[in-house]
Amino acid sequence: MGLDYKKLGLKIGFEIHQELDTHKLFCNCPATLREEEPPIKIRRRLRPAQSELGEVDRAALAEAIKGKGFNYHVYPDTICLVETDEEPPHPINEEALNIALEIALLLNAKPVDEAHVMRKVVIDGSNTCGFQRTILIATDGYIEIDGKKVRIPTVCLEEDAARKVREDVSFVDYRLDRLGIPLVEIATGPEFSDPHTPAKAALYIGQILRATGKVKRGIGTIRQDINISVSGGARQEIKGVQELALISKVIENEVQRQVALLEIRDELKRRGATTVEKKFIDVTNVFSHTKSRVIQKAIEAGGVVLAVKLSKFAGLVGKEVQPSRRFGAELADHAKTYGGVGGIFHTDELPAHGISIEELERLREVMGASPIDAVIFVADIKDKAEAALSAVVDRANQALIGVPEETRRALPDGTTEFMRPLPGAGRMYPETDIAPIPITEDRIKTIKSSLPELPESKKKRFIDEYRLSESLAERIVLSENVDLFEALIRKYRVEPALVASTLEETIVNLRREGVQTVNITPSALEEVFERISKGALAKEAIPDVLRLVASGISVSSAIKQLGLERISKAELIALISETVRSNLNLVKERGEAAIKPLMGIIMSKVRGKVNGKLVYELLERELRRASKVQTP
Amino acid sequence: MFGYRGKALRLLKSLEIEVGDRIRVEKGDRTYEGILMPRSELGDPNHVVIKLPNGYNLGVKITKETKITKIEKGKLPKLGLPPLEVKRDPAKPDVTILGTGGTVACRIDYRTGAVYPAFTPQEIYSAVPELAGLANIEVMEVCNVLSENMTSQLWARIGRAVAKKLNAGADGVVVAHGTDTMGYTAAALSFMLKGLFRPVVLVGSQRSSDRPSSDAALNLISAVAVAGKSDIAEVCVVMHGSTDDDFCLIHRGTKVRKCHTSRRDTFQTINDIPIGMVRNGEVTTFRQDYNRARPEGKVELDAKFEPKVALVKVFPNIKGDIIDSLLDEGYKGIVLEGTGLGHAPRMLYKSIRRAVKLGVPVVMTSQCIWGRVDMKVYSTGRELLSLGVIPGEDMLPETAYVKLMWLLGHDLSQEEISSLMRTNISGEISPTSRPDVFPTPPVLRTLVGESRL
Ligand SMILES: [Zn+2]
Repeated sequence: MGLDYKKLGLKIGFEIHQELDTHKLFCNCPATLREEEPPIKIRRRLRPAQSELGEVDRAALAEAIKGKGFNYHVYPDTICLVETDEEPPHPINEEALNIALEIALLLNAKPVDEAHVMRKVVIDGSNTCGFQRTILIATDGYIEIDGKKVRIPTVCLEEDAARKVREDVSFVDYRLDRLGIPLVEIATGPEFSDPHTPAKAALYIGQILRATGKVKRGIGTIRQDINISVSGGARQEIKGVQELALISKVIENEVQRQVALLEIRDELKRRGATTVEKKFIDVTNVFSHTKSRVIQKAIEAGGVVLAVKLSKFAGLVGKEVQPSRRFGAELADHAKTYGGVGGIFHTDELPAHGISIEELERLREVMGASPIDAVIFVADIKDKAEAALSAVVDRANQALIGVPEETRRALPDGTTEFMRPLPGAGRMYPETDIAPIPITEDRIKTIKSSLPELPESKKKRFIDEYRLSESLAERIVLSENVDLFEALIRKYRVEPALVASTLEETIVNLRREGVQTVNITPSALEEVFERISKGALAKEAIPDVLRLVASGISVSSAIKQLGLERISKAELIALISETVRSNLNLVKERGEAAIKPLMGIIMSKVRGKVNGKLVYELLERELRRASKVQTP
Repeated sequence: MFGYRGKALRLLKSLEIEVGDRIRVEKGDRTYEGILMPRSELGDPNHVVIKLPNGYNLGVKITKETKITKIEKGKLPKLGLPPLEVKRDPAKPDVTILGTGGTVACRIDYRTGAVYPAFTPQEIYSAVPELAGLANIEVMEVCNVLSENMTSQLWARIGRAVAKKLNAGADGVVVAHGTDTMGYTAAALSFMLKGLFRPVVLVGSQRSSDRPSSDAALNLISAVAVAGKSDIAEVCVVMHGSTDDDFCLIHRGTKVRKCHTSRRDTFQTINDIPIGMVRNGEVTTFRQDYNRARPEGKVELDAKFEPKVALVKVFPNIKGDIIDSLLDEGYKGIVLEGTGLGHAPRMLYKSIRRAVKLGVPVVMTSQCIWGRVDMKVYSTGRELLSLGVIPGEDMLPETAYVKLMWLLGHDLSQEEISSLMRTNISGEISPTSRPDVFPTPPVLRTLVGESRL
């Protein structure tokens, strides 16, 4: 995309949420995720608390309007009364606090003297109490990316939320297994202005987190929330980007979306569009003989078809705002969220879905819609249809103003969908069930004395100490195999570069070939390098051996199967003189240059059984001897 | 000042800084700017607490290098909930909510983190708007104590307020009460309100009303529904019936006990079934034998209690000195929470005999909580009976304690007290023991198998 990000005033900051590898933050339950149906489900509701202005917070209000109940999935062997909000929180998990402090120090942040547990109001049901407990651990940190400082204003320790597993019109189902797992939240300043540096910074922070060896790994254990704004647009919080590779794409798509929404606004202004009214018309009659299965079903179930006219919106509802997501999809997101309907129909996409041209014409007639107007309609129970259209009109009216501030959910393809309006600031109050936690100088000293080596200095050490090339050192440092690498070269006398390239190149290449490299265990690698260190295996044989090991056999049977048992020096010398003798013509013709073709012939017989350098030396000697014999 | 003491208080005072002021705190390489917050009672005196603009609080330890400057004087937060005016609807019942301490409803000031209780009806409507659809609410504060600090004088004060309101035409009264001793107060009201013709409902919450998950609102809505709409002219406790936010149970005031330290469904009717339940503001009754409400009537208050009564748990190795010291201190009645069917070791016999001789009634209940005292089965029981110990039937120890206080408050003979303790006055004694009221932990249904339970 040829967008000029500087000119667009793009501003990006992000938050990383990383689960820590310990038990839950405020009880002793393990951080065990469960997949089976739960033996117990608890039904609850939440009520928005009122803020000082006498208004409920707007995000809280939105949830309250939705008015959903919550089904909490409880597994009594790994979930206790704390998660079900039936027992006060226990004192904080000290191990989690220490890990968080360690991370804060690695990010050059300054720990607070006394940490206070806060309640952050969240009433979408993902926390049974209606708030998330969160603690500011340190402030004012930084990292360096490409020689530039990136500020880390805050490092917080907080509870993870429950996992949403299902949602219908009246209930949301949450699994309480994830609720309470300690998370470290690292926030950067809003200082990125291109889509690519944030991904680099996130990668780097991820490395620091993994350097502690005390964070969880795997899908869902690290999540990025991205804050994006474009001048003239609005701030968006995009939640739950689980893959680093997606960060740049999400940002690019969001910029494209805001640009498109601003174009829609400008076009509406140009057309002289005015505020849409909530005038809903029952158009069930229009569709009494419809071929649309969705509408048929809704009417049969006692529903209605309710429509609203969006004056001067024709063509804009069908405008693409993100790759393969039209503005109509944004209206539908709101209708689904607030009305609980399955979706909406809009005239920009019709006739289609079983709806005929005749029906469309009658609809326009009933609605008094001219070709420049769009009509949105919903088929469902009347209450739901009304709530859905009401939300559609609210969103359409925001389009006249520009881009609304929203919390959006990242989808796997890098696009996003509406979750809720952006929460207002300051929905926090103290957790009175837990006393303030002093963070003593002694505690900080102890943690400082055993900080792990950071990726940067490890890379430098690998270059200096192990003579790795810069690129190989960087690859091994970022790899999950970094500890295995050091273990192997400490244990066996092998060339470090060989170990590194085996781990980071050979195995990667095999994986690309489709080899099941997951079957190559650390102990198999140990066996391979042990043989190499003893001269019992040639390094050229590594790919073939590992390929066989990956198919599920042992290292020794792989070597046997490949016929790679070593041959003795005597056997090799015999083979070489035999080869030279039977190619004397070649030697006569080409003299010393004959070494090359002869090497080829010999190596084809002994590859993997013997070191090539040795073959060369022996062959060279043999040739010299042969020529001496001939001279007289 | 707002929890500050010692070093921190002296420093703040010297700088003329008050809670709510915007301040800057500098220490070493750190600088924080924010609002000075109150200090929790749980915290030490050496830190100041500030709220940063991002909403987080943190504490800064005061040392020689800590420098504090005032940036801006704070505004005093407005107190109270934004009132919601509701006109009296003559078609709706009039319900008085009596406050005794704690908060039924509240509001949070996110700027300072302070929690303000709702006091006036307008404030309560504003916090729990559903109430406006159920009844015309009047609010009155009777006392303001934590429920563990409740006394028999306060029981009497609450009883007086209830009687006054009902006699003045209220359709029902709700007593908002801390949960710890709610069962005792419910029993006390059950005995002291004579000629009750309208509902009296005690209600509380197990999760404070400052959290969105609080059980307070559902409990209060259900309590007001019972007080305003039901025909249950008894003292009852209305609280969550399960861990779900689904229904509340209506427990008889003399049969109810707090059975869990923290769960929402902590209150259980012991040895019997509850009077009924409330779901979505609709009352359903489970039984017919409750006192029916009447449109007219007069409640008479009989609130004389003897405070010098003790509730003593029997345990292995217990010695008579416990009872002797009570007698020496002038105690007028003793309720024993005996073992099993109502037993106490021989070591107590001498002291029990002395109590009876002094005219101090000794009542036997069981620490088993569930079941009925039967002192004729084993020789120990028979010996205790012969010493003059009064068997407490299937009364809860707490109810027996309140009942004995109340009886001793009246000029009754030893025989009258013995006889009345064994006679049902306010639903505290069931004539039969139901076989289906002893609870089985739900987990056993899985472990043992549904069919075997
Ligand atoms: Zn737990």
